[in-house]
Amino acid sequence: NKNSCVEAGIRGICVGRCKSKEAEIKRINKELANIRSKFKGDKALDGYSKKKYVCKLLFIFLLGHDIDFGHMEAVNLLSSNRYTEKQIGYLFISVLVNSNSELIRLINNAIKNDLASRNPTFMGLALHCIANVGSREMAEAFAGEVPKILVAGDTMDSVKQSAALCLLRLYRTSPDLVPMGDWTSRVVHLLNDQHLGVVTAATSLITTLAQKNPEEFKTSVSLAVSRLSRIVTSASTDLQDYTYYFVPAPWLSVKLLRLLQCYPPPEDPAVRGRLTECLETILNKAQEPPKSKKVQHSNAKNAVLFEAISLIIHHDSEPNLLVRACNQLGQFLQHRETNLRYLALESMCTLASSEFSHEAVKTHIDTVINALKTERDVSVRQRAVDLLYAMCDRSNAQQIVAEMLSYLETADYSIREEIVLKVAILAEKYAVDYAWYVDTILNLIRIAGDYVSEEVWYRVIQIVINRDDVQGYAAKTVFEALQAPACHENLVKVGGYILGEFGNLIAGDPRSSPLVQFNLLHSKFHLCSVPTRALLLSTYIKFVNLFPEVKPTIQDVLRGDSQLRNADVELQQRAVEYLRLSTVASTDILATVLEEMPPFPERESSILAKLKKKKGPSTVTDLEDTKRERSVDVNGGPEPAPASASSTPSPSADLLGLGAAPAAPTGPPPSSGGGLLVDVFSDSASAAAPLAPGSEDNFRAFPKHPRISAGGSEFVCKNNGVLFENQLLQIGLKSEFRQNLGRMFIFYGNKTSTQFLNFTPTPVPRCGLDSLTRTHLNLQTKPVDPTVDGGAQVQQVVNIECVSDFTEAPVLNIQFRYGGTFQNVSVQLPITLNKFFQPTEMSSQDFFQRWKQLSNPQQEVQNIFKAKHPMDTEITKAKIIGFGSALLEEVDPNPANFVGAGIIHTKTSQTGCLLRLEPNLQAQMYRLTLRTSKETVSQRLCELLSQQF
Amino acid sequence: MIQAILVFNNHGKPRLVRFYQHFPEEIQQQIVRETFHLVLKRDDNICNFLEGGSLIGGSDYKLIYRHYATLYFVFCVDSSESELGILDLIQVFVETLDKCFENVCELDLIFHMDKVHYILQEVVMGGMVLETNMNEIVAQIEAQNRLEKSEGGALG
Repeated sequence: NKNSCVEAGIRGICVGRCKSKEAEIKRINKELANIRSKFKGDKALDGYSKKKYVCKLLFIFLLGHDIDFGHMEAVNLLSSNRYTEKQIGYLFISVLVNSNSELIRLINNAIKNDLASRNPTFMGLALHCIANVGSREMAEAFAGEVPKILVAGDTMDSVKQSAALCLLRLYRTSPDLVPMGDWTSRVVHLLNDQHLGVVTAATSLITTLAQKNPEEFKTSVSLAVSRLSRIVTSASTDLQDYTYYFVPAPWLSVKLLRLLQCYPPPEDPAVRGRLTECLETILNKAQEPPKSKKVQHSNAKNAVLFEAISLIIHHDSEPNLLVRACNQLGQFLQHRETNLRYLALESMCTLASSEFSHEAVKTHIDTVINALKTERDVSVRQRAVDLLYAMCDRSNAQQIVAEMLSYLETADYSIREEIVLKVAILAEKYAVDYAWYVDTILNLIRIAGDYVSEEVWYRVIQIVINRDDVQGYAAKTVFEALQAPACHENLVKVGGYILGEFGNLIAGDPRSSPLVQFNLLHSKFHLCSVPTRALLLSTYIKFVNLFPEVKPTIQDVLRGDSQLRNADVELQQRAVEYLRLSTVASTDILATVLEEMPPFPERESSILAKLKKKKGPSTVTDLEDTKRERSVDVNGGPEPAPASASSTPSPSADLLGLGAAPAAPTGPPPSSGGGLLVDVFSDSASAAAPLAPGSEDNFRAFPKHPRISAGGSEFVCKNNGVLFENQLLQIGLKSEFRQNLGRMFIFYGNKTSTQFLNFTPTPVPRCGLDSLTRTHLNLQTKPVDPTVDGGAQVQQVVNIECVSDFTEAPVLNIQFRYGGTFQNVSVQLPITLNKFFQPTEMSSQDFFQRWKQLSNPQQEVQNIFKAKHPMDTEITKAKIIGFGSALLEEVDPNPANFVGAGIIHTKTSQTGCLLRLEPNLQAQMYRLTLRTSKETVSQRLCELLSQQF
Repeated sequence: MIQAILVFNNHGKPRLVRFYQHFPEEIQQQIVRETFHLVLKRDDNICNFLEGGSLIGGSDYKLIYRHYATLYFVFCVDSSESELGILDLIQVFVETLDKCFENVCELDLIFHMDKVHYILQEVVMGGMVLETNMNEIVAQIEAQNRLEKSEGGALG
């Protein structure tokens, strides 16, 4: 028997016979040498021997040894007329050949012959080989041929099946090489094919093609629905061989349900009705008693059920089905099969973001918390964490955060960092009480300090600095937490920073007197890393300002050899400079330099960004995104408290040292009395700015720009007015914009009776970090007369071209001499992105269709904020029109809401923008949502418009 | 899409390795080892799905596996596949092997490696499910056997 010969060959090298790795390698090398000599030998090998040796090579490769010969022999086998030889040749090539270009040509040649042979067996082998290798060269050679085979009338079913998957593979690797054409409509009709194997393969192909070309394959929806309906309603014996453990054609059903998830609910009511019927039938069947006790039966049945539920969630349009789906998943949450519990948790996660079922999902909170505590399998526990995160809202945040924290104590190391991020985000997002927020973060550090990333502790500091109602509590709490004999270094950082800023708030209590605070921090000092020690040194110098009575103690510490002569340059420099500062500076100067940190500008949480990065953008943002949408509709208005984006700025920009701080820092203006300070700090521009006890370079210690007048947000919605006025000078504006161009007239009025000399106003585009190499805005102007008489006015014209979307408004620098002194004024020119808005009118239907199309999470930006002005409908309307967008009446179902649409014109692109503003009179708040096709545009427009109400 | 199909025994010795995405040989071996260690430390009777290892894919990928006596069958798939569907597919593959080899065991996979590949090719092609109907798969394999026999006969 020949087969047993192959067996014997492999048996020879089988690991079972080899006692050690060395013995195995020795044995294999001997075998390889033998095969090589056989291939190289004079005697031509017969087909059988070739087959035997190729088989052996495959086995040796499987064991992890490189095979560097035999390829040519395998290629030769392809052109054999004998099936078995051809087959082993193709096998060798699809397992072992990578894109070795010389060989690929020969292989392609053999494939070409086999495809043309009209022998279905040979064609099958060739198609398999293309699909399994799937290289670009193969796509180039066969992307034209395979579709023809697929739709030819005389192609056998098994070849059609292979051709469909082969084409799918080529499309995946090289979509550009697969031309759409006549064949596409004929492929869609394969959904009606008699042979279910062909339908299954075709459904896979169409699903992939439809994701990229939805229009082209739209007709597949009704065909898929009717096919599905025939399967679902058939008796289990109808489909004979495609019935698997009493479930009719489960794989095909799953594939069809996947295909339907590429499209919105069918518009044709008949198709839609039929689909709803199918989904109901599938849900009904889940309640029937099982037809078999075998696990295969329940697997197959539930595979279809879970896919049906995915489709229901995807459509998100039938409340009745959604609630049934939720109940079904609820049953599975307690199922004895771990797999089903896992899948139920996973599906529920997406269900939690549907407006119709969010509340229903929340009812399962106890079961999910229980899963977190009792599941033996980390995969399942992880899904439970995800679900708790997804179902969290203001009503259950405290409970969920508490449970996640207690789980964190025993959680697997692999998922700790993620849980830390999630807890930090939820605590911030749903904090009504900021004391609770501070407690939660300190607990995080206590329980899992090693997993608390910088973003998390930067954030807590930001929030404490920006909210004066929590500062005293924070100081007290960190002081208490620092009492623990062993506390995490991250706690020392947070504690150091907060006590440095707000230690005075608890200094009245003798138990936390200045000296006690200092001694407590200093007791941790020697155990900390260099960056933390640097931070603590900054805290000490802040103490010098806050508590003059501890100044001598601190000076002694700074003077010590371990500081002044520290081997680390940063520490040494801080010690030298702080010591000097504390010695030479007067109390007033100390108070200015070491003033409390100003509030941080408001931006999106960088923790969220980190989680997105960690989990991949889709998982997190989808959730956030859809959840926001849900609450819009459920509550019919903004959420009651301004806990999230509006009040809790992010550290990202400033803390990560992106240089050009976008908002003007609110520190005191440059002081001229800094002569002394120049000796201490070389950078005079920043000398008088408040000093933060931050440690790393990227920590905001000094504002990067001298102060610039804010240049009024009042110009966002209007084009004319007074931009700036002081005792000497008044600047007025008149401007007009059309598409991506604009013209601005600037009027400079001399309010005094004395001449201005050397009067030079220069408008300059300000650069964000990304624009260093690129201009977003072109400004052209001519110089004005350098003398401006007393009481006179001069005019300057600025031509503006918007090249691409931008954030930073340009700055107008004005220098002139008045009397004997040199005057310098900088104001922001109110040229904002919305100036290049062109309004667009559209119907309600169009608006919501486009709104849906822009559902990608990056395209939407939302802000919830407190009204700063009286909430007057007419004024709001005028502002939206002034902002530049069209105001669309009778579009939003809620007449109290405002929606607008328009196009931002820049030289390089046009960006369609949709906006929706929802006032909540009771809470005196607004929710503003911007959707555009460009993230930066959404972001900027949202910032601009939010300031207006 | 199925990214890879790995079969190894309880000691981590690979018995069938099929990649549908190209990886260099040493990475293939690393993936087999990493997957083995991920799967090995899991008890039986817990869930059959786990997040993919670091080498294949990332968070969009899952390992779906079954443990039969001495062998682990692991499919590495992306999110376009139904987890339970793949679990059943493993079962179909194993049942088909069982039919073709009459009570399949680990040694069959070693000594009939070519045949195992051919059976797999009838089930999965280029990472996509080709055929799920066991009778159809077995019929194809039997047709192959007949061809082989007739050619063998001619060869004498």
